Amino acid sequence: MSTSTQTLVSELGARPYGYPAERHEGGERVGTLFRFATAGSVDDGKSTLVGRLLHDSKAILADQLESVTRTSAERGFGGGEPGSVPAGQQIDLALLTDGLRAEREQGITIDVAYRYFATDRRSFILADCPGHVQYTKNTVTGASTADAVVVLIDARKGVLEQTRRHLCVLRLLRVPHVLVAVNKIDLVDYSAEVFTAIAEDIRKVSAQLGLADVQVVPVSALAGDNVVGRSARTPWYSGPSLLQILQTLPSTDELERGQEPFRFPVQLVIRPQGALAPELVAGPAGTGDAGPDTFRDYRAYAGQLASGSVALGDRVTVLPSGRQTSVVGIDFAGSELQRAVAPQSVSLRLADEIDIARGDLIAAAGTFSAPAQDLSAQLCWLSPKPLREGAKVLVKHGSRTVQALVRAVTGRLDLATFQEQPASGLELNDIGSVQIRLASVLPVEDYAAHRRTGAFLVIDPADGNTLAAGLVKSHPGDPEGERYAI
Amino acid sequence: MSSQTELYEAGEGPEAAWHASGTPWLTSLDVLESEAIHIIREVVAEFDRPALLFSGGKDSVVMLHLATKAFWPGRVPFPVVHVDTGHNFPEVIAFRDRTVERLGLRLVVGRVQDHIDSGELAERADGTRNPLQTAPLLEAIRVNKFDAVFGGGRRDEDKARAKERILSLRDEFGQWDPRNQRPELWNLYNGRHTVGQHVRAFPISNWTELDIWRYIEREGIELPGLYYAHEREVYARDGMWRAVGDVSAPTPGETVLVKTVRYRTVGDMSCTGAVESTAATVAEVVREVAASTITERGATRADDRISEAAMEDRKKDGYF
Repeated sequence: MSTSTQTLVSELGARPYGYPAERHEGGERVGTLFRFATAGSVDDGKSTLVGRLLHDSKAILADQLESVTRTSAERGFGGGEPGSVPAGQQIDLALLTDGLRAEREQGITIDVAYRYFATDRRSFILADCPGHVQYTKNTVTGASTADAVVVLIDARKGVLEQTRRHLCVLRLLRVPHVLVAVNKIDLVDYSAEVFTAIAEDIRKVSAQLGLADVQVVPVSALAGDNVVGRSARTPWYSGPSLLQILQTLPSTDELERGQEPFRFPVQLVIRPQGALAPELVAGPAGTGDAGPDTFRDYRAYAGQLASGSVALGDRVTVLPSGRQTSVVGIDFAGSELQRAVAPQSVSLRLADEIDIARGDLIAAAGTFSAPAQDLSAQLCWLSPKPLREGAKVLVKHGSRTVQALVRAVTGRLDLATFQEQPASGLELNDIGSVQIRLASVLPVEDYAAHRRTGAFLVIDPADGNTLAAGLVKSHPGDPEGERYAI
Repeated sequence: MSSQTELYEAGEGPEAAWHASGTPWLTSLDVLESEAIHIIREVVAEFDRPALLFSGGKDSVVMLHLATKAFWPGRVPFPVVHVDTGHNFPEVIAFRDRTVERLGLRLVVGRVQDHIDSGELAERADGTRNPLQTAPLLEAIRVNKFDAVFGGGRRDEDKARAKERILSLRDEFGQWDPRNQRPELWNLYNGRHTVGQHVRAFPISNWTELDIWRYIEREGIELPGLYYAHEREVYARDGMWRAVGDVSAPTPGETVLVKTVRYRTVGDMSCTGAVESTAATVAEVVREVAASTITERGATRADDRISEAAMEDRKKDGYF
């Protein structure tokens, strides 16, 4: 067995990173939120795995089950060849996740679908990403918000080119945790040797890619082995089940909260002036200390913390102007907070009157090098309309959208070999490197170090469609950059 | 929120250390609330004429509550739109008007009845008007030139909704094209649209029914009384309890009983069913929903039982 299958075992039962597992609210325990995605093809049994997770965690309700049972029976499921379906397995779990009429009719999955289930410790958002067609588009979309991704492998087939492609995309997007589910372990007679060989292949690919946190779990989605509970049929596997791992991994925000510097893209300037909320115009009953005058000069910057935390009195730099000031108020709907952490949405009041507008970035002072007008980036091309050198596009970064020119395409990534090949354009599902010139500076950072401020969208100015997911690789910084390195 | 730490249990070990550090600790509800507020602010920043669909139902009430928090201390900077089927629960209309008055909002009403009177729409044989809401909705959008419309749709409600984006582009006919949706990456929302197109925005896409109720409980949000257990004259039809009313009269042979019921969803009175329940407080409703074995639409919406793809078909035609 590979070491990666065991790395989490010792941590199970403990609460990593000092987080309480849940909080009491209204006499009930409310857990944390965890987002994960699944990647793999229909043949790997992905829909069945998702159906199994939902079914065994009791997220499927009686009327949904009834509908699926009816359809399963109509299709002869459960009454098929003896031995193909375990005893008691009367329904096609894959039907639980096929959403649209076209999908049911064609037996395919068209698009990323979102599913919800909860345990007593956590609420889960599952982005179910189909693997057959447009796998890069779907995997990139699902992985961009995921705290973890579950990659499926068919135990009979082992690591295929598609597995390497998936892992490569996950590495590129810096998904914090990757789980590899070696599925259909029942069809290889629960063989430890088969599993160990696949786990070893995964370890090699992960090392080649520089993927740090990869767990490999032997499962049978159809029979339920090691999906929710531990299976007695894999005595040679001492690690946790998939759901046990998902329950204990820290979310991206929990993981980065203490480590990433404060970043806050300004969405709106809140200056109510004459347009105060009606209850504030009157003043709260009996207090006499509020009223229209209280907010006459109110001015705050609304946004969501992209990373890190901010406390009253913190020094901040406003980008791209580079002006420094300090935080004198953190407001949230009438409450004054001492501190806010990502991903809270709040409004910040600042000590000095600085010209700040939507699109600006407020950052912890001394942590930001320089905004950039030229950058090199990796693009995951998601549009059927190909990219050619010289294309004029829009770049949306944080809360700002600017015009941009793709000056050069410098290479296209071969996902099978992880090597970059020469290229002069990008097609749908390609990942490539480009040089971009922006019409005005943006406070970008390298995606490798700062996911939120290193990510951007490439948008078609003609029809407004999203063309690509962009990851900033490096940016030379503008010549005046010195003044920001405070 | 101002004294968040009071919500924590005094404890030992990592929890105590965490609380002592004074750093806010975020539950799933905190994160969902923050996500919704971020989306609402993005839409207001990027669109010229947004509006919010407000029926007085619990999801739209939560949406409006989130909007008041997003722009505090300013007022909610957009009007609300009610698509009136004419088959209303009177107490819901009263609640709607009270809420609009309290928050100083402009109310735009699109009436199904007007479109029936003009001959554009025909009454359906089964009497339900829920599927007829699309025409007055699209007209309200066109007449008022709304370019973004907030809806309280949630992905856990229905298989089609599970695949819809948070910002969903609609064409001149309000149609949703499920096979041609923009990928939604990170928390960067692309609201670009051309003349004639508009966007439906679903900030509470990621909430479940239980999240909604827990949030209503936590925030002390007022709802129309019919969400809580009350006595009502009802009769059984299609396996659910229908209220006796002007537009929902029992046919001969359907026995009228007095039952203690509540509603899990609020829509067209003629096709919305009640469930037997003794949950009279929000805490009791939370417990009931957590233990429920049937989805809210399966339990109470006759129109969603028409076919497996009922919602998908209506959405393609411009429905919510």
